[in-house]
Amino acid sequence: MNDNAPPETQDSDAEAEDPAVAPDKLALDSWHRQNGARMVEFAGYMMPVQYEGIIAEHLWTREHAGLFDVSHMGQLAISGEGAAQALETLLPGDISELKPGRVRYSLLLDETGGILDDLLVTATPDGYSLVVNGATKWDDIAHLREHLPDEITINHLADDGLLALQGPEAAVALGRLGIVPQSDGESAVGALKFMQAGAYLWSDIRLGISRTGYTGEDGFEISVSNQHIEALANALVQQPEVKPVGLGARDSLRLEAGLPLYGHDLTDQTDPVSAGLAFAVSKARRIEGGFPGAERIVGLLNEGTPGKRVGLMLEGRMAAREGAPVLSGDVQVGLVTSGGFSPSLQRPIAMAYVDTGQAEIGTALSIEVRGKRLEAVVSAMPFVPHRYHRQGAS
Amino acid sequence: MSRYFTPDHEWIEIEGETGTVGISDYAQSQLGDITFVELAQADTDLSKGDAACVVESVKAASDVYAPVSGKVTQANEGLEDQPELVNGDAQGAGWLFRLAIADAGELESLMDQTAYDAYVAGL
Repeated sequence: MNDNAPPETQDSDAEAEDPAVAPDKLALDSWHRQNGARMVEFAGYMMPVQYEGIIAEHLWTREHAGLFDVSHMGQLAISGEGAAQALETLLPGDISELKPGRVRYSLLLDETGGILDDLLVTATPDGYSLVVNGATKWDDIAHLREHLPDEITINHLADDGLLALQGPEAAVALGRLGIVPQSDGESAVGALKFMQAGAYLWSDIRLGISRTGYTGEDGFEISVSNQHIEALANALVQQPEVKPVGLGARDSLRLEAGLPLYGHDLTDQTDPVSAGLAFAVSKARRIEGGFPGAERIVGLLNEGTPGKRVGLMLEGRMAAREGAPVLSGDVQVGLVTSGGFSPSLQRPIAMAYVDTGQAEIGTALSIEVRGKRLEAVVSAMPFVPHRYHRQGAS
Repeated sequence: MSRYFTPDHEWIEIEGETGTVGISDYAQSQLGDITFVELAQADTDLSKGDAACVVESVKAASDVYAPVSGKVTQANEGLEDQPELVNGDAQGAGWLFRLAIADAGELESLMDQTAYDAYVAGL
């Protein structure tokens, strides 16, 4: 028996790392092991891939709340006079319009408009905080240092970990911990809406909390010092709604939510328009330009792209995974970039880039896997509806 | 009846000229939830080490190799509807295929239960 899985299950996200370098340990390394995790190398760290099982953890998160350790991700604080304008030279978002306490999804672009990383930008009273992918964080830091002016300070918060609490019962569980805003007049953590953030205290422990996530569910991402992360993880899993959930379910949850994974569905060969991420290119910036690859990206927005990222729903139980060719009749029209079995839908699903002419919802295509042709239909994403706690919701 | 194991975590149980093949309990625990089994094809001639069938978990597809040479006589068709049998009873009801053994001498290169247990303990 042997794995013939595509690279996504074999640490391709660690490909930038020197294989001779031993993976780093998370602050919660022994906590994960005590909680029954199976650890694998991912993005240069030993990470929990699963505890009791991917499907059980996945379904638990959709029904209750899952606690994910995502401390491999890079947390950066950007400050200094003109930080917003400086960031806007590298990101296509309207950073200067972002009010403190608001979070925005954005893209780090190269000079041709290729995607170097996707990230969350939060405006803070002192500047901006960025959360970037673990596998790309060292390249991102180097890119920011090279391109941001000297008066802008980049602080890599390497002593802070990041926990994600995701699921419909996340707010109830978090609400029991007695977390209060750091400054008077700030809103309670439960009053945060999707894509809002704030600074909080859990007794005297400082937490940065945002109502964000990578599962499609309501939930929070909590930045906490490595010194206190174990106490916080324990307090959270003591809540009856909360169980620890590994990277395996994180991947199947984000796939169902239609959220792309950097290094697979997005690369430096992908532009934001083909990727279906044009929303990250703000209207004002489309007119003003001034971000990397602006001319090309605005052209693609106006004229369309040759290919598009789409969702595919497969017949049968056999999964199509990264690298599988997508066909219309006998003609190849695309390539799967991620795929697997959907625990919620009990069938295989995939994301692929296909020729724009084949990208319409309902188009019948096939995917070639191990010499077989699997029937697939272009389907709207998310595959499983998002349940974010949006502005305007009670 | 005797059962042998490969370093790739297949088992084969011998009954006369026929071997029943599956993956070990250790292997199923490492793969996690099995979501699909691409069954072995009856009448296929396999050499020792040939890919015979595929088990898919949520995360990955994994080849299962023939522990010894032989002709596939039967696949466990119950796995089409219940792939999770491989998790629940990997070394019993979750068997994958049967083959007519071509060369019983090849069994000598495999591990018995004790040797396999020691092998897994060292992983």
